[in-house]
Amino acid sequence: MTQVTQRDLMPGVRLTAVQTHKFKSNQLSVTLLAPLAAETASANALLPYVLRRGTRAHPDLESLSAALDELYGGSIEPAVRKKGEAQCLGFVASFLDDAYAPEGAGILEGAARLLGDLLLRPVTEDGGFRKEYVEGERSNLVDRIQAQVNEKRSYSLLRLTQEMCAGEPYGVDRLGDEESAAAVTAEGLWARYQTLLAQAPVELYYCGSADADRVAAALTAALDSLPRAEELDEPDHGVQDNATQDQPRLVTEAMDVTQGKLALGFRTGGACVWEDDYPALLVFNALYGGTPTSKLFLNVREKLSLCYFASSSLEKFKGIMVVSSGIEFRNYEKAKAEILAQLDNCRAGAFEDWELEGARRAVVSALRSTMDAQGRLEDYWLGQAVAGLAEPPQDLVDRVEAVTRAQVTAVAQKMELDTIYFLKGKED
Amino acid sequence: METKEYTRIGEKLWHTRLDNGLHIYVDVKPDFSKSFAFFATSYGGMDMRFQLNGAWHDTPSGVAHFLEHKMFDTKDGNALQDLAANGASPNAFTSTDITGYYFESTEKFEENLKILLSFVSVPWFTPESVAKEQGIIGQEIRMVEDDPQNQVFYGMLEALYAHNPVRVSIAGTVESIAGITADTLYDCHAAFYNPGNMVLCVCGDVDPERVADIAREILPGEGITDIPRDYGEAEAEEAFRPETVQSMAVSTPIFQLGWKADPAPRGEEHLRRQFLGELACEAVFGTSTPLYARLYGQGLVNQSFSYGYEAYPQCAMLTVGGESRDPRAVRQAIADEVERIGREGLDQALFDRIKKGVYGGRVRALNSFEHICVGLAQSHFAGEELFRFPEVFEAIGKADVEDVVRRWMTPARTGLSIVFPKEEQA
Repeated sequence: MTQVTQRDLMPGVRLTAVQTHKFKSNQLSVTLLAPLAAETASANALLPYVLRRGTRAHPDLESLSAALDELYGGSIEPAVRKKGEAQCLGFVASFLDDAYAPEGAGILEGAARLLGDLLLRPVTEDGGFRKEYVEGERSNLVDRIQAQVNEKRSYSLLRLTQEMCAGEPYGVDRLGDEESAAAVTAEGLWARYQTLLAQAPVELYYCGSADADRVAAALTAALDSLPRAEELDEPDHGVQDNATQDQPRLVTEAMDVTQGKLALGFRTGGACVWEDDYPALLVFNALYGGTPTSKLFLNVREKLSLCYFASSSLEKFKGIMVVSSGIEFRNYEKAKAEILAQLDNCRAGAFEDWELEGARRAVVSALRSTMDAQGRLEDYWLGQAVAGLAEPPQDLVDRVEAVTRAQVTAVAQKMELDTIYFLKGKED
Repeated sequence: METKEYTRIGEKLWHTRLDNGLHIYVDVKPDFSKSFAFFATSYGGMDMRFQLNGAWHDTPSGVAHFLEHKMFDTKDGNALQDLAANGASPNAFTSTDITGYYFESTEKFEENLKILLSFVSVPWFTPESVAKEQGIIGQEIRMVEDDPQNQVFYGMLEALYAHNPVRVSIAGTVESIAGITADTLYDCHAAFYNPGNMVLCVCGDVDPERVADIAREILPGEGITDIPRDYGEAEAEEAFRPETVQSMAVSTPIFQLGWKADPAPRGEEHLRRQFLGELACEAVFGTSTPLYARLYGQGLVNQSFSYGYEAYPQCAMLTVGGESRDPRAVRQAIADEVERIGREGLDQALFDRIKKGVYGGRVRALNSFEHICVGLAQSHFAGEELFRFPEVFEAIGKADVEDVVRRWMTPARTGLSIVFPKEEQA
């Protein structure tokens, strides 16, 4: 049996504990929440990577890795995520359950201590971060931002978001931008760190065989020196209901590629995770482009062979749906027309009962299997925490089961095309 | 049939062999709502020349992958749709030596299993559907050719191997797949997609006897257990050439460095070699070594650093890759460290630590049904007993790892592949 409990360990520090004996490993994460903003995004994104370089007790990578090996190959990875207009920074740890360690006992406590050290007790010099670590990780961050162009499918979606949400916090990438990343100094980062420690809401998460009291005790001990300000800096969520202009904007770029990438961004007319039509939005997205039986897959890819992939996905905290496809340059008009024609079919209710049920089953199945996968479950609960929601996956399953054909058609009718991004070849 | 308990890792495995030669493995997981089924054939990108009914067949590169795409077509439509309509997430992959079809579902498991076994075992190809697929796969090949990670890996294989078909792209080329006809596909299906050459692995809260009953009901009653293949002459121990270089639209150079290991024999030694290879990587440049700390500190490698050991018929290799502003300096630093270890041996404390770490990682990986099922299939084809890994692992000592570092990681066995940024790219 799985049991989920939530409690506050100190002001603005909340623990979500999922107790289950299903897994061989335990998962533990600590996440600071910050408002997504161009001025702070890169420094925030840099922070977990600098902290991951060394603690007072384990001042370098070699020594940290040795400590993790002693926890039977535990991992603690920096995590920088974007959930709507909240930037989520911290660490996700995974380590062996005591039951499977040949000499196992207290791996949870050891991992919690290491996590607390990483967050609160970094190795320092001259009253700040070690300069070498800041410079090294800053250069890695700049490389990582520059490398975004390498993977063309995700790059096209990144560019679409930048163009579509220019002027909204959501237009800022989770890593910030290259220029501000390059400008972060050791002093500036230290100041940012102090601000975040005092003011950021902190989400703690555990999944494994230990009971919530043991987890709370381990984490409270590990985080006891966390400073807490009177007022916390809570991220807001700005959902823009409609397209920002009368006509969709078209942005075209040319690069040295052999396959074009066409991305379309839609506003969902306010449908998002907090609204009653959210379950219908999930089913609609699955029906339209979220599965291998969706309209986009079957028609744009299979029937017309217009592309290698065509799919849609949601940003549930922001009220955006994006369609992503890989096409030959010359098929731009044809592919775009077909993608929009399939949306019109959804709006008109022109879908078979098997398509609707298939979409519903896919959404239900994804939610149920979330409960069977530690990593996805952690991400689900972090999202809920950011959104201020407490609904477990099972309850959302019940709401998805109740979605009607009319509700799907209604939510489809709310979609408004905002921006089109097309990445084409140079010799076109 | 038999059920074996592996108490050290908390696994219980049911196994049987049907009269048609099909082996079935079921890992029963009572607390989970999802189930996973994996149906695989010992047939991949490298199996281009084989014997069927006494005659040798030569096929173009890319057939195994092409076949994988076409198998989802059924006389009445498409199996992907049938599975997805039941809420299952179906998919398939073609690797160098395996083609596998699978689904994950949280409901209607038995119905989904019937669909899976049926579409994989009953071929349905027409000249029209083959021609259409040539368009779709042509697009996929172009996408792969734009992918620097893929290109840098093949660059390394082309450096290491002179002729072993492991170096040939699994998807083939636009030209090679143009030569595929419906008859090519029927021949390859007849050879490799018979129960004697396949394995079915299931993980979830299911009844193993029902799995076997369904397999008996759907699959043909007879199978061929031995399909001879030809991978050419044995390769030399040394790398074919020291380096391959390409330029693509990337921001920083990416590299893949490989060492030609000795080909692994079948059976438990195959599993032991897997650990030896992994431990050798961990010991020389793994994330808890002094060398990695130094390379990372000098900015010569970053978080994208990854490494491992891979074994295929007649070839095996150690690999490490990532982004680096100076891949040749990384190769030199590793060569120096290998030489030092050859001279001084491994640090005992480091060895004990990485051994603990690799073991924990292995056990944690058992959370994934996909990992379990794919692992069971690979182990079956290699003649290993996967869940005996704690015993095999325990028996490995420091000297065993030092031995493979000395023998496999020599300069002559090294091949480096680099993808540099194109000039006009920033």
